[in-house]
Order: sequence, then structure tokens, then C-alpha cells
Amino acid sequence: MNNIIDAKGLSCPQPVILTLNAIKKIKTGELTVLVDTQTSKENVNRAAKSKGWNVEKVESVNDSYKIVLRKGN
Amino acid sequence: MKNLFATKKGIVGVGVVIGILASLLQLWGNPANMGICVACFVRDMTGALGLHRAGVVQYLRPEIMGFVLGSFIAAYAFKEFKSRVGSAPLVRFILGFFAMIGALIFLGCPWRAILRLAGGDLNAILGLLGLAVGIWVGTLFLKSGYNLGSSHNTYTSVGWIFPVVMVSFLVLLFFNPMISGQAQSGVLFYSLEGPGSMHAPLLISLGIGLVIGFIAQRSRFCTMGAIRDVILFKQTHLLMGLISMAVAAFIMNLVLSQFKLGFAEQPIAHTMHIWNFAGMVLAGLAFTLAGGCPGRQLFLSGEGDGDAAVFVIGMIVGAGFAHNFGLASSGAGATSAGIIALFIGLVSCLLIGFTMRENF
Repeated sequence: MNNIIDAKGLSCPQPVILTLNAIKKIKTGELTVLVDTQTSKENVNRAAKSKGWNVEKVESVNDSYKIVLRKGN
Repeated sequence: MKNLFATKKGIVGVGVVIGILASLLQLWGNPANMGICVACFVRDMTGALGLHRAGVVQYLRPEIMGFVLGSFIAAYAFKEFKSRVGSAPLVRFILGFFAMIGALIFLGCPWRAILRLAGGDLNAILGLLGLAVGIWVGTLFLKSGYNLGSSHNTYTSVGWIFPVVMVSFLVLLFFNPMISGQAQSGVLFYSLEGPGSMHAPLLISLGIGLVIGFIAQRSRFCTMGAIRDVILFKQTHLLMGLISMAVAAFIMNLVLSQFKLGFAEQPIAHTMHIWNFAGMVLAGLAFTLAGGCPGRQLFLSGEGDGDAAVFVIGMIVGAGFAHNFGLASSGAGATSAGIIALFIGLVSCLLIGFTMRENF
């Protein structure tokens, strides 16, 4: 299942709120978050790690970041 | 590339540096317990430009220009500069306006609330409690879907506008320099007495402003986010920065004999507990709905965020109204007009919070 959150253009703390809401809902698995500032990237990574999720990879795609988070499986 | 400033040690280090520099600015001439106050300094700037005529609070504070330009330099140095606009600018203007009104009823933004506490002013406790309550109300809106919407990327030149405005203020300052004993120099106003007349030497203020702007951009230091993240996410990352700023300023104040404990006769403060508290409830709520403390809004303005710049312009207009309409408090206390404005501000912020929720 593909869980993708598009938080591009949203300012602090929206990307973190959306990520944590999704984490609460899916509990484990894979989650992709799209953000477009380095600040949002740092904040999403920090929040995900605090919930026991791994930051599997961060890709830079045209002016924005694609963060892949994973827990379990 | 790892951003060292965004680590735990980074944010603590930034807080310590800000606390020390703020205390030193007081030693070098800035008003007591006001080494740095973003709201007060924007208000002084508004006065220097003649947009209000309160003679005791007029000085074009170079710290403010330094904050924006330091952040601008950091953003370019680390390839983070990004021009963006379009996330409810009018709403951000109104939030900046009322944040300023609330802060001037307390007589300080969160930065100064911390510095007042670090200088022994116990009235700051009421302000900080109010700030926390305002932020808590803001988080209730955030939890129920409040969102100002997305911004979009725009032309690089748009992100340059606010930094260029700051450079032009510096140009004004250099071409209309302070003349001892004169309340006006060319187009700029200079206080002869009161807090506006107290300031560190221009280049020191500017230099420290640039340093703080730079490190705050890198670390995302935010005095409102510090409290919001604890309430909303149980995250203490930004709080560590705020606490280290308070501790560093407190120790420096002890070393420099700038510490005086008590409620009464504190510099540029009043003892009306309820209005100290309520003023900061309004400011805290407005900062939370706008996503950053006044310092953070300046740093964001420097890295290309045009919406944060609109918030700052709202603060400037708010400061003009606050003094032209007699809304700002003084050492004697809050004014009745200020209290009316406070309630109008609270109602406005609550309406913004209630009506700007997705799925409602």
C-alpha cells in the first residue's frame, strides 16, 4: 500500500502534524512524505524518529524532498 | 549534508549565544532587560520612521535589520533561500497586527519575557504563563485542522524584497545619523529620553543582529515553537534552545550585576498581573496561528518567505496603531483603550482559528 503525504508548501508545524496523524493511523509500514524546505525535512525526520520510525531514504526531487519512512516489516 | 545547528547541541549552543549576546547588549547600552526584544525593537523602528510619534520609543534598531540580513546570508550560504508567497497573507497581516498589540500590553515579546525573567523581573512569569495559555489555545485549533494553506514558489526577486527593505533602512540610518541632543535627523526620529534613547553602538547592534540572524536561521530557533512543540508533540528540541537562552542570560546578568529580583519598579514593566497575562495570551495565540514567534518571522522573511514578511509588516502597522491610539502599556500600567483592543484581538484570533479549519 502506498501512503503518500504531500506537505509541499505547508509551513511549520503542518508537515509534522500530517506525518504524525498518518503514523497514528497506519501504525507500521511505509510512509512517504513530500516537503519542500530543509526545515520541514528536519522536523519530519525528527518527529518520525521520536515515534520509532526509521528514515529509510531522503531523495531530492526538483526543489523538494521525498522522505521515505518505515516501521516494522 | 548534516546541519549541526539543527542537532540538540546546536540548538542549545544557539540559545546560549543569544542569551549571552542579549545580556551584553544591555551592558553596551540597550535598555534594561531588553537586550533583544523583537516586538519592542520593531515598535522603535516604527517610531524612528515617524509612523508613530511616541517620543520615548523612536530608534531604527539595527538588530532587526541584522536578524533579517543574517538569515538571508545563512540561507544563501547553505542553499536554502527559497522565494515563496501565497499562504493567507491578509490573515498573517492581521495576526502580526494583534500579536504586536498583545506584546505591547505586556511590554515585550517572548524574547523579552525570557530576558525580563533572567533579569529578575517576576512580572515576566505572568507574561510567560499567558504566552503558554495562548499557545495552548492555538494548538487546539491546530489539532482540529486549522491551516493557513499552502504557499507556492515564486520568482527569486520576490524573496529579495524584504531583505532589500532592510538594507534601505540601514542606508537611511547611515545617511540620517543620530545627532546628540536632537530629536530628528533628516527623515528619522531619535528618542532623547526613555527606552528609545538607550542603545548599544550601531555597529555592535548590527553585528550581533547579523550573528543571531545567521545562527537562528540555521537552528530554526523559535520562542513560540519551543512551547508549542511540547504541548502539541511532546518534543523538547526547541525548548532546549529557549531554556539555554534564559539560563545563559541569567548567569551573565549575575556576572554583570544586571540582576534585580522582584515585581515592583522593574525597568520598562508594569505590575498589572492580569493584563501582563492577558496581553501575552493574545500574542501567544497570534504567533501560534501564524506559525512562529516574531523573531522566527524575521528569520523566515530573510530566507524568502514573503508571508512571514507580511506578518512583520502587520507588526509594524500594529505598533503604529498601538502608540497613536494609546493602546500600549507604560510603566504606569495598561490603558483602557489597550484593554478594549486586547479583547478585539482575542475575538479576531478566535474567529480566524475557528473559521480556517479544513473539513469543518
